Amino acid sequence: MGNRSDTISIDVAPVEIAQRRHAPLPENREVVFDVQDLGVRYGATTAVSGVDFDIYRNMITAVIGPSGCGKSTFIRCLNRMNDLVPGAQVDGKILYHGEDLYGSGVDPVEVRRRIGMVFQRPNPFPKSIYDNVAWGPRVLGMRKDLDERVERALRGAALWEEVKDRLKRSALSLSGGQQQRLCIARAIAIEPEVLLLDEPASALDPIATTSIEELMHGLKRDFTLVIVTHNMQQAARVADMTAFFSLEVGEGRRTGVLVEYDATEKIFTNPSDQRTEDYVTGRFG
Amino acid sequence: MAVAAERISLRATGRSRRRLRLNRVMEGVAVLAASVALAALGIVVVSVVVRAWPALHVSLFTQTPNLFGGPGGGISSAIVGSALIVAMATGMALPVGVLAAIFMTEFARPRVAAAIQLFLDVLNGVPTIVTGIFVYGLLVIGHLQSAYAGAFALAVVMLPLVARATQEVLLLVPNTLREASLALGVSRWRTVVGVIIPTTLGGILTGTVIAMARAAGETAPLLFTCSIFAPAVSTDVTHALPNIPVLIFTYSEQPDPALHQQAWAAALVLMAFILITSLTARGLLARSRRKLTHG
Repeated sequence: MGNRSDTISIDVAPVEIAQRRHAPLPENREVVFDVQDLGVRYGATTAVSGVDFDIYRNMITAVIGPSGCGKSTFIRCLNRMNDLVPGAQVDGKILYHGEDLYGSGVDPVEVRRRIGMVFQRPNPFPKSIYDNVAWGPRVLGMRKDLDERVERALRGAALWEEVKDRLKRSALSLSGGQQQRLCIARAIAIEPEVLLLDEPASALDPIATTSIEELMHGLKRDFTLVIVTHNMQQAARVADMTAFFSLEVGEGRRTGVLVEYDATEKIFTNPSDQRTEDYVTGRFG
Repeated sequence: MAVAAERISLRATGRSRRRLRLNRVMEGVAVLAASVALAALGIVVVSVVVRAWPALHVSLFTQTPNLFGGPGGGISSAIVGSALIVAMATGMALPVGVLAAIFMTEFARPRVAAAIQLFLDVLNGVPTIVTGIFVYGLLVIGHLQSAYAGAFALAVVMLPLVARATQEVLLLVPNTLREASLALGVSRWRTVVGVIIPTTLGGILTGTVIAMARAAGETAPLLFTCSIFAPAVSTDVTHALPNIPVLIFTYSEQPDPALHQQAWAAALVLMAFILITSLTARGLLARSRRKLTHG
C-alpha cells in the first residue's frame, strides 16, 4: 500500500538562496536599462537575438547561462564596448533612462563614463596602486580632493585597509583577488551610475570570490549592478533579479536568447520555463 | 628458484644508432656555425683594436685634425659633427616613427595597417646609397651640402626601424589594458598617451637607440649630403659638418699611415658607441618587459 505523501513533490531549491528576494513592486521600479529586441551579429554570425528586458536601479541583476550563450556579448552592449570589436553589429534598442544608447550623436566615451565595467581577468594598469585609481578621475577632470576620492574608492572596494601603507607600490604586486578589487575601485572612483561585471570572480579563488560577492551587496546601495556569471550559486547568492540566457540551436547556427527573467528566487525555485529548470537543477550546462 | 632474466640491451642499435650519429654530427655543425658568426665579430674587433691602438690617445678626442696630415691631431670635429647629425636625425625620425606605429596599431583598420607596414619594410630595404642620392636631389642640388640634409637622409634610414620596433612593443600591450582605460570613459588618444605609451616607453626607446646605432655608422647617405674635410669644430648645421663615417672613408684613401691609424681609431670609437647603445637598448627592453609582466 503506497503512501500518498511519497508522490508529493518536495519544493526544495536546487541552490540555496541567501536571502529571500522578490521582484520589486511596480511602483518601486526605476528602470535604468530598457532593452528592446536586442540582437548582436559578428559578420554573418548571430551571437544573440531578441533580448527584451528591463534592468532596475540599485539592484543586482545577474545574467546566467551556459558557455557561448552570449552573456558577455550582451553585457558589452550596455556600455558600447562591442564598438571595439570589428564587424560587430547591434540591432534593436537599449534605452538608458529613456535615451537610446545607440542613437545618433551618442558618444560611446560619454556612455562608458556613466556605465563602468569590470572584466573577467583583473587588468590593473602597470602603474602604482594609487595611480590606478587616480588616473581615471585625473583624466576626466575630477582633480579636486583626489586623495580623498582615491581613499573613498578603495574603501568602497574593501581594499583600503590592505593597501593604505603601500599606495606607491605597483598594482601588479597585488594578489589576483586584490587586483580585481582594485579594478572595482578604479571603476567606482569616477562615480558611474552603473557597474557592469563580466564574470568578475571567474579567475579568482573561493576566498577572493567571497570578498567580491560581499562587496557587491554593499555596492548596490550606490550603484546599479549587472553581473555576468556562469556560476549559478553566485547568481543565487548575490542577485536580486536573474536573467537566464540559453542557446537556440538550429540550421547549424547557435544563437543566444533570453529564456527567462524574473526575481532570483523565482528563477531558482519555481522557474516558469522548462529550459531554465533544466539548467538550474544541473541537468545541462 | 630464480629464473635467469634474459639480458636486455639498452645500447642504441640499428636505426636508432644511425640517428644518434646524425644527431651528433648536426650538433657539431650547429656549434661550428655559431662559432663562425662569433669569430667574424671577434676578428673585426681585434683587428680594429690592434690597428687603432697607436692612435688611441686622449688627444684623439680633444684635438682637431692636423691641417697638413702627419702624426698627432684628433677627430674631435668629426665626433661633434656625428653627434649633431645623429641627434637631429633622431629628432626627425622618432616622432614620425612613433606616431606612425601608434596609428598602425591603435587607429588604422587592419588592411591599412598592413599596407603601411609593407611600405615601411620596403623603405627599410632601400639601399642607403639610394636614400643618399634621393636626399641629394631633394635638398642639396641648388643649395649646399649641409648637416641637416645629412640628418634628413639618416632620418629616412631610421624611420622604418623606429616605426617597426615601436609597433612590435605596442602589439605586446594586452588588449585588456586598452579596454580597462576605455571602460573608464577615457577617449582613445588619452588611452594611448596615458596608458599605452608609458607602458611601452622602454621598448620605444630600445627601438630608437638601435636605430641611432645603425644611423651613426651609415656612410653612403652622408657622402652625398654632408661630406667635407673641415678641421675646425663647428656646430653650424646649415653647412656640412665633418663626421666619423666620412672621416674614416676619407682618411683610408690618404697615403699617410698616421691618417690610416686615425681612421682605425675612429672606427673603434664608432664601434664602441654602437656596443654601448646596444647594451643600453637591451637594458631598457628588459625593464619594459618586467613592467608589463610583474611589479
